[in-house]
Amino acid sequence: MSPTALPPRRGTYPPSFRTMSSARSSRSILPGFGLSLGFTLAYLGLIVLVPLSAAFLKTAGMGLHEFAAVVASPRVVAAYKLSFGASLAAGFVNMVFGLVVAWVLVRYPFPGRKLVDALVDLPFALPTAVAGIALTSLYSSNGWVGRWLAPLGIRVAFTWTGVFVALTFIGLPFVVRTVQPVLQELEPDIEEASSTLGANRLQTIVRILIPQLMPSLLTGFALAFARALGEYGSVVFISGNMPMRTEIVPLLIITKLEQYDYRGATAIAVVMLVSSFVLLLLINLLQKWSRRYHAI
Amino acid sequence: MSIEAHSLYKKFGAYTALDGVDLNVPQGKLVAVLGPSGSGKTTLLRIIAGLEFADPGSGRVLFHGDDVTDLPAGKRRVGFVFQHYALFRHMSVFENVAFGLRVRRRRDRPSREAIAERAHRLLELVQLDGLAGRFPSQLSGGERQRVALARALAVEPKVLLLDEPFGALDARVRKDLRRWLRRFHDEIQLTTIFVTHDQEEALEIADEVVIMNKAHVEQVGTPQQVYDRPASPFVYQFLGNVNVLRAPALAGARRRGGPAEDPNTEGQIYVRPHDIEVSPHDAGGSGLSAIVRHIHAAGPHARLLLEQVQTREQVEVEISRSELADLDLGVNDLVRLRLRQSHSFDEDYAI
Repeated sequence: MSPTALPPRRGTYPPSFRTMSSARSSRSILPGFGLSLGFTLAYLGLIVLVPLSAAFLKTAGMGLHEFAAVVASPRVVAAYKLSFGASLAAGFVNMVFGLVVAWVLVRYPFPGRKLVDALVDLPFALPTAVAGIALTSLYSSNGWVGRWLAPLGIRVAFTWTGVFVALTFIGLPFVVRTVQPVLQELEPDIEEASSTLGANRLQTIVRILIPQLMPSLLTGFALAFARALGEYGSVVFISGNMPMRTEIVPLLIITKLEQYDYRGATAIAVVMLVSSFVLLLLINLLQKWSRRYHAI
Repeated sequence: MSIEAHSLYKKFGAYTALDGVDLNVPQGKLVAVLGPSGSGKTTLLRIIAGLEFADPGSGRVLFHGDDVTDLPAGKRRVGFVFQHYALFRHMSVFENVAFGLRVRRRRDRPSREAIAERAHRLLELVQLDGLAGRFPSQLSGGERQRVALARALAVEPKVLLLDEPFGALDARVRKDLRRWLRRFHDEIQLTTIFVTHDQEEALEIADEVVIMNKAHVEQVGTPQQVYDRPASPFVYQFLGNVNVLRAPALAGARRRGGPAEDPNTEGQIYVRPHDIEVSPHDAGGSGLSAIVRHIHAAGPHARLLLEQVQTREQVEVEISRSELADLDLGVNDLVRLRLRQSHSFDEDYAI
C-alpha cells in the first residue's frame, strides 16, 4: 500500500476517543486517560462505594420512624457527641503540635533526629489495642502518669480526656507527615525577605509561614480527624465504655451487631458516614480556599 | 546614604567566602559587584543587608558613617531584592508591596489609607498598577521582579541591594529590565549595589564596578577603567574575550615604533580579539603569521579563529564584516596579524 492510501491518522482513533477529546476541547497529550479513569472508578467502586452503599441499603429497609428512633436515642446522641467532639479536638491538637514536631524535624539538625523521625510513625505501626492498653496503664490512677495527675484532680483513664488522649496519639503521624515535605520545600528566601522588610520572627511565622503551610495543615487535620473518628482498638481500653459518658460510636455499632441488631448498627453508621463526609468536604473547601493563590 | 565595609572575613566551614574585603559605595551611586559564582559576591551583599554576619572579630559595615555591623536585617532599612523574587505567593501584588508597612509597630505604622496610597504609588512607579489584585503566580518573571523591587522600596530603604536581580529572566527581558533599572535609579537616586555574574550587565548600567574573585576584590573602577585597564589577568579574562599569547611569539608583531622587546621574555600577553589587525600575508611587513581555521560571519562582527604558525596557539580575532569582505579570506589562507593594543602583567614587560 502506498503511503498516500493510508487513512488520515485522526480517523484511526476509536470514535469514543474522539467524542471524549472533542468534549474536552483539546486532545490530552498524556495517553491512557480513558483507561486510567476507568480503572480509578472501578477500583473506588469496588473498594469504597460497594461496602458503603451496602450500609445504606440495609438502612433503607427500616422505616423513617424506626431510623429516627435509633439515631436520636440519648445513648446514641451522646456517643456521636463524644466521637465527633474528641476527634475534632484531637485533630486540632495534632495540627498544632504536629506542626511543631515537623518544624523541629525539618529546621534543626540534632543528634538522633533520624530516630525521632522514625518514632513519629510508631502510632501507625503499633497495633491499636497495644497502644490502648499501654495508655490505659499509664494514665490509670495508679499508672506512671496517672498517679501524678490524680492528686491534682485530673482523671484521664475512663473519662472523655482518656478518649481524647488515645485519639491524639493515633493521629499525630498524619499531620507531621503531610506538613514535613511542604516545610522542607519552603524557600528560606521568603523568610529573609520578610525580615528585611522589618517583620519580626512572630510576624514572619504568622503572616508568611503558616498561610503557606495551611493547605497541608488542613490535609493533615482532615486525615487525623477521619482516622480518629473510626478508631476503635485503642479507645475501648482507655475509655471504660460507660454508656452516655465514654462510649464512642464505633463501639456502639459493635454492641448493636453483637445483639444481632444489624439495622440499628447500619443506621448509626449511616449518620456517621454522612456527617463525616460533609465535614471532610468542608475541610476540602477550606483547603481549596487556603490555596486560592495557586496559578489558575 | 553611603555604604562602607571594612576588612570583612567570612568562612563557611572550610570554605572561605570573604577574605578581607573592603567596599566603599558613595551616596547615590549604582555599583555592580561582579564575579564568577563562588567568588563571595553574594555573601558580601548579604552581610551588608544583615542576612549574614561577618566572622566575629572581623570588619565593620557602616551606613553613612553609622556602624550597623550588629544590627539585624529588619533594623538596617535596606531594600533587598532576591534572585528568585521571594514574593509571598499567598498574597496579592498589592499585599506584597504593603507588607513592609503593615508589620510596623502601631505607632510607626501609617494609616490604612496611607499604606494603600503608598503601595499604589510604588506599583505605578514600577509600571504595574493594573496588576495590584493579581497573585505572583499570575505574573511573568519580569513583572515579579518589579513587584519585588516595589516591595523593597515600600519601607523607604536607605540603600537598595539587588542579588542577581535579572539572573532568572530570559535574555530579552533581562536586557529591557536592566536599562529600565538604570533609568529608575537615575530617577530615585538611591544608593544601590547589585550583584551579578554577567559582565555585560555590569558594564552597561553601573557607575562603578567591583570585580571579585576567590573571596577577594580584584579591581574597582568605572566600567571603562576596568575594561580598558584591567588590574589582573583574571579581570582581563573575566571582562570579555581575550587572547592569551606567549610573549616570544610576538617578536615583531607590535606596530613599528613600539619599544623593542626581549625575545626571551616568558611573560604572557593579553589581547582583545578586536584589537588585532588582519592583513594579507603577501603584503609584507612585520607581524605574526597565522592560518585561518574558521570564519564565523553570522552576527554584527565577523569572528576569525586562527592558528599561529610559529607557536600553533589559537587566536581569536574580531573584525568588521566589510573588512572581511575586503580581505576576501578563505579557510586555510595565510594572514599577518598586528596587535593594536595589548597588555602584559609582567613587571619588566611593560608596554
